[in-house]
Parts: sequence; C-alpha cells; structure tokens
Amino acid sequence: MGLFEKILGIFKKKDVTVETRGTTAPKPDEPEKPAVPERPAPPPTNAIPAERAPVVEGQTSAIPPDEKVPTTAQTDTKEVKPVSDKITAGHVHMSGCTGCEVAIADNYAGLLTLLDKYVDWVYDLTLADVRHIPEMDVALVEGSVCINDKISVEEIRETREKSKIVVALGSCACYGNITRFCRGGQQNQPQHEAYLPIGDLIKVDVYLPGCGPSPQLIKNVCVAAYLLLKGNADQQALATAYLKPLMQAAERGTEACFCDLMIDVIDQGLCIGCGACAAACPVRAITHEYGKPQGQRDLCIKCGACYNQCPRSWFSFDVVSQYEGIMETIDAAMQE
Amino acid sequence: MVSDNFLGNYASCVAARSTNRAILAGSQDGGIVTQLFAFALEEGIIDGAIVAGPGDEPWRPRPMVATTVAELLAARGTKYNISPNVSFIKEATRSYGLDKVGIVGTPCQMQAVRKGQLYPVGLRDVPDKIALAIGIFCMENFPYQSIVQLVEDHANTKLDNVTKMDIGKGKFWVYTERGATVQLPLKVTHKYEQPGCHVCLDYVANLADISTGSVGTPDGWSTVFVRSKKGTDIWSKALAAGCFETKPIEEVKPGLELVTKLATEKITKNRKTIEERASFGVGKGLRNPYI
Ligand SMILES: Cc1cc2nc3c(=O)[nH]c(=O)nc-3n(C[C@H](O)[C@H](O)[C@H](O)COP(=O)(O)OP(=O)(O)OC[C@H]3O[C@@H](n4cnc5c(N)ncnc54)[C@H](O)[C@@H]3O)c2cc1C
Ligand code: SF4
Ligand code: SF4
Ligand code: SF4
Repeated sequence: MGLFEKILGIFKKKDVTVETRGTTAPKPDEPEKPAVPERPAPPPTNAIPAERAPVVEGQTSAIPPDEKVPTTAQTDTKEVKPVSDKITAGHVHMSGCTGCEVAIADNYAGLLTLLDKYVDWVYDLTLADVRHIPEMDVALVEGSVCINDKISVEEIRETREKSKIVVALGSCACYGNITRFCRGGQQNQPQHEAYLPIGDLIKVDVYLPGCGPSPQLIKNVCVAAYLLLKGNADQQALATAYLKPLMQAAERGTEACFCDLMIDVIDQGLCIGCGACAAACPVRAITHEYGKPQGQRDLCIKCGACYNQCPRSWFSFDVVSQYEGIMETIDAAMQE
Repeated sequence: MVSDNFLGNYASCVAARSTNRAILAGSQDGGIVTQLFAFALEEGIIDGAIVAGPGDEPWRPRPMVATTVAELLAARGTKYNISPNVSFIKEATRSYGLDKVGIVGTPCQMQAVRKGQLYPVGLRDVPDKIALAIGIFCMENFPYQSIVQLVEDHANTKLDNVTKMDIGKGKFWVYTERGATVQLPLKVTHKYEQPGCHVCLDYVANLADISTGSVGTPDGWSTVFVRSKKGTDIWSKALAAGCFETKPIEEVKPGLELVTKLATEKITKNRKTIEERASFGVGKGLRNPYI
C-alpha cells in the first residue's frame, strides 16, 4: 500500500497547488524526476461563451447556463493558481450520439473539479468556442469515423497528429458499436453509410469503452492521464499501471461483441459464471442459463462492455488488489 | 494490517458465529453472511443485498436482491453451483433503487466487483454504491448438472430430499430429510468441477470487505477475515451490537494453519495449471487472463 499512501498523502495536503502536486513535488528522499516536457501555455480560458453554455437535457448542467461568462479579469485571477500545470484536453466529435459527452458532464461537480484543477478544456464543438482542432495533451474522441465524409477523415487524422494521447471515448470510437449497423439513407447525408472505429484509421492509445461510457470510468481515466503527464514518479507508476489494461484493449483491436466472450473466455475454459457480463450489457442481451452466459446475438450492438467488464478477459492483480488505495487516491484528487 | 501472499490483506481474523438462533438454524456455518447482512440492513448500512436465492429446481440458486430479513433467511446456506450474483449489481441500483448495495460471492465474484469499481465499463453509477461485499471461501464450484450427477447418481439421493450439502474434512457430504448422510470422497467430485476454477488464484476472497468460510474453525463456527476499512467499521459495529460470539483464531482448532495450507495448495496448483495452459497445444497455448 506504500505507493498509494504516499500519493494519497500528496493529495490530502490542504490547498492542492502545483507546488505540492505536480512535477515539483518529489519525495524528499528521491531525486526529482526528469521534468515533463514543456508545452505551450494553455490558451485563454474564455472558451465557454454563455450563449453556448452546455445545457444538458433534463439536468442542471455542470456549468449553470445562467452563470456569467467570466470576464477576462476574473479569468486571470482564477487562472493564477495551479493552471500552468494543467493538461490540455478536448472532445472530438465524430459520428456518435453525444451520449459520451453527456457522460462526461454527468460527473457534475466532479467535472468542475477536473476543469478547475487538472484539465484545460481546449476543444469541444458543444462546449468550447474553438473551431479547429488545436494541439492537446489528451483528445477524447467520441464516435466512429464516417469514411464517406471527407471532413471526418481529415479531422481524425488531424486529431492524431495534434494529440499526445488519443482516447477512444465510448464504444462507437472503440468498436464501431451501433454505427456498425448503419446502411446509409439518413437525412441529410443519405450517402454516408460506412463507419469505422477510429482505431481502424489511427493509432489509439487508450480505450474507454461503454455505451455510454460511465462517468466514473471517465473520471478515473482523466485523473490517471493527468498523473501520467504531470505527476511525480510514484504517481506516474500508479497511472501507468491503471491505464495499462485500457492501453492493451486499444492494441487488441477494433472488434467487439458477445462473441469475444465466447472466443476469449468461455471457449478458453475461463468463465466462472460470475455475472459481470450480464450486468454490463446495456441492451440486456446476456442472460445466465445454469450459471453460464448466453448472448442473444441479435440484440448485441457490439459495444464490448461485457468483454471488458469480465474478470476473465483481463485482470490485473497489481491494480485491482489495491482497489481501496486507488479509489481513495482518485477521490482525494477530486476533492474540491 | 497483515499482508499474506495467500490469505491477502486483513486487519483481523477471528472465529465467530451468530448469536441469533434463527439465523444459525439454516445457515451453512456460523451464519456470518446472513447475520452481517441482517444487521447492515437494520442499521441502514445497506438497502439490500444480492444473495443466492432459491431457483426453479432444487438446489439451483438464482441471484436475488434481498431487501428484508425474511428474504435473507430464505437464501441461507451454500449451494454448490453457480449463482451469477454479480449479474444483479447494476440492476440492484436501478430497478431495485438501492443506493447502498450488499453482495455476497465467491472470491472470483469479489474480483469482478472490484474490477467493476475501478473499471466500470458497463457499470454506470455502481462503483460508489457497493456498501458491503462479503466473500465466501471457495476451493471450487460446480455446474448445476454436476451437482445432479453427484447427488443423484454417485450419492444415489433425490435432490428434492437433500437438506444440506457440504464440503469438509476431505469429503463431499449430502444430508437428507430422513437423516441419512452420504459422503463422497473428493477424488470423485474433482472431475465435475467448473473448469474456470482451475486457474483461480484466490481461496479466501482477498478482495472482499469481510470474508468467511468454515475452514479453520469447529463445526457451527466460521473463520472471518476483516479486510477493508468499510469491513472493519461494519464488523466492529456488529460486534458492539452483540451480533456475534467470537474467539481468537489462535484458540480454535484447526485454526489458521489449515486455512493457510489449503490456500497455498489451491493457488500453487492453479498457478501450475496456468503455466501448463501456455503450452497446451503444439507451439500454441491457451489464454492467460492475468496481466
Ligand atoms: C461454491 C462454494 C464453495 C465453497 N468452498 C468453501 C471452502 O472450500 N472452504 C470453506 O471454508 N468455505 C467454502 N465455502 C463457503 C461456505 O460453504 C459458506 O458459504 C460460508 O462459510 C458462509 O457460511 P455462513 O453460515 O456464514 O453463511 P450463510 O448465512 O449460510 O449464508 C451464505 C450466503 O451465501 C450465499 N450463497 C450460497 N451459495 C452461493 C453461491 N453458489 N454463490 C454465491 N453465493 C452463495 C447465500 O445466498 C447466503 O447469502 C464455499 C461456498 C461456495 C458457494
Ligand atoms: S463476466 Fe466473464 S467470467 Fe463472468 S460470467 Fe461473464 S463471461 Fe463468465
Ligand atoms: S452482448 Fe451486450 S455488452 Fe456485450 S457487446 Fe453485445 S451489446 Fe455490448
Ligand atoms: S474456485 Fe475460484 S473461480 Fe471457482 S467459483 Fe471459486 S472463486 Fe470462483
């Protein structure tokens, strides 16, 4: 537990600022880790103009619509503290339903904490008034790529070129998901009929699957990405261990459905009838007959949730055995 | 906090049994699971618990969200076949509307719960709602049809008439309504085990908040490992409320030594199986799920 307690200690310090958190906070008994490469100063944060404030249906949005646009002066005061050490991130919208973006917003106050302490949100067609994909540390890509749409193809290429880490956010970006079933004919671009998961066109670093991805997994991955890019050596080790399975998921490929459980788990004699797959399935395609999962494959939307939730698809004792410490670390990081 | 290679991390280990006779009557061992959930339910620590309730056929469990003590009581006792309790973990927070979920399960099910909390791919809003995860020791599990085969064929007993099954002292025991007891040597049962169990690297539910089993303590008692902060908190409250009679584990026979021995044997054997899987074919192997 030593590692986590150390990291936790760092977060628990009151008034977390760059000095106590980031690269400048080595443990007293260890040499400072090599500095994280410099990157351009974060762009001005008047990125959320009031008229485009995010109003997510049926809920108080993370940023209240009636909140005044921060004036430049206010912004400046606010930005003085820890901002220079934030990572930059953005949301790239390919062919998805915006459910993934809603899932980000569903972190409610947590989203504000993330934006306040760790992340400068530099690009987001729905939330930020920036038209072109900028350089960023982390690009969260929602949706698959319509290969019949020139702009989408250009944008996904550009996303790869301009981002340090590309995260496939949600099952459409990871696996195609429901967009695999598209046959075209929809208004107002009926000829748009072929959609590919982003990993078929660019290298993807991290998978964050789910339809929609859970707000909690988004939170965990964001904190981990921050620690990876800005943390000290211990924090980077933690973040790397945590992200590793999601990186391996990205390497594994762009196809997923119930069949993956059959091929990689059940047929391999590994299934233990725990039920995690059935719990994870967003369309209730999985039932258990005499304890073993049965997939109604006609219902399956190819989201890959069952496969990734299964403890016998991949399981890291290193990480999961430390669940208590890791969850406390993330909770501490999210304290306002 | 003790940190053991085979028994996992734990804050304390004791021998215990419920002080409630009604609970003890139908429980497998010391009634730890049912008593803890009943206490947690009454105290509002949990809103309900996912347990292995009665199913459509005799001794075939069906996962059930118990929200009353009566339902908990109906689910007492070990069913030696698969009850996919984790399948209800999201549903418990949805249709059942629980904010604080209890769940009992085998060590592998505890692994699924913890993986799900850290990597909630399809478990939206579930991670923070796991209020009490109780693990039960587990050497192996069986498909339902294996139990039919063992009880009806090998033990020549109708499943409907069975009142209890148990594995202990090197034997598989079948108790019937009319008081007959049939025992089968474990060498008969081995081939009927669920294959997935043979790569399992946990015997005493290292990832539970509290884990319990019969091994290590006399009949009618249970061995209890109190592990997480949550577990420690709930266990101390239950003790203060007089839910359990306890004895130091050092003072009971056969004690922790046997638990350690069995855990070591299981995990060592299964590690070997994982190694053998790597060269299962000719130049080709089977998957290893652990990364
Ligand atoms: C497949 C299996 C193998 C086991 N192997 C061992 C062993 O090798 N050594 C050992 O010491 N103990 C083992 N146990 C645990 C032991 O049999 C008791 O379940 C445990 O001691 C709890 O007893 P109790 O009196 O505290 O619980 P009780 O109060 O009787 O409650 C038991 C709880 O477990 C739930 N349950 C019953 N069957 C299952 C199931 N199949 N899956 C998930 N939950 C279930 C019930 O619904 C109930 O809530 C095993 C249990 C199972 C299910
Ligand atoms: S999650 Fe994996 S191990 Fe569990 S029942 Fe489903 S396929 Fe089997
Ligand atoms: S079975 Fe369900 S969870 Fe699995 S890929 Fe299909 S839709 Fe997704
Ligand atoms: S032996 Fe392991 S895999 Fe099998 S049921 Fe028990 S805990 Fe699960």
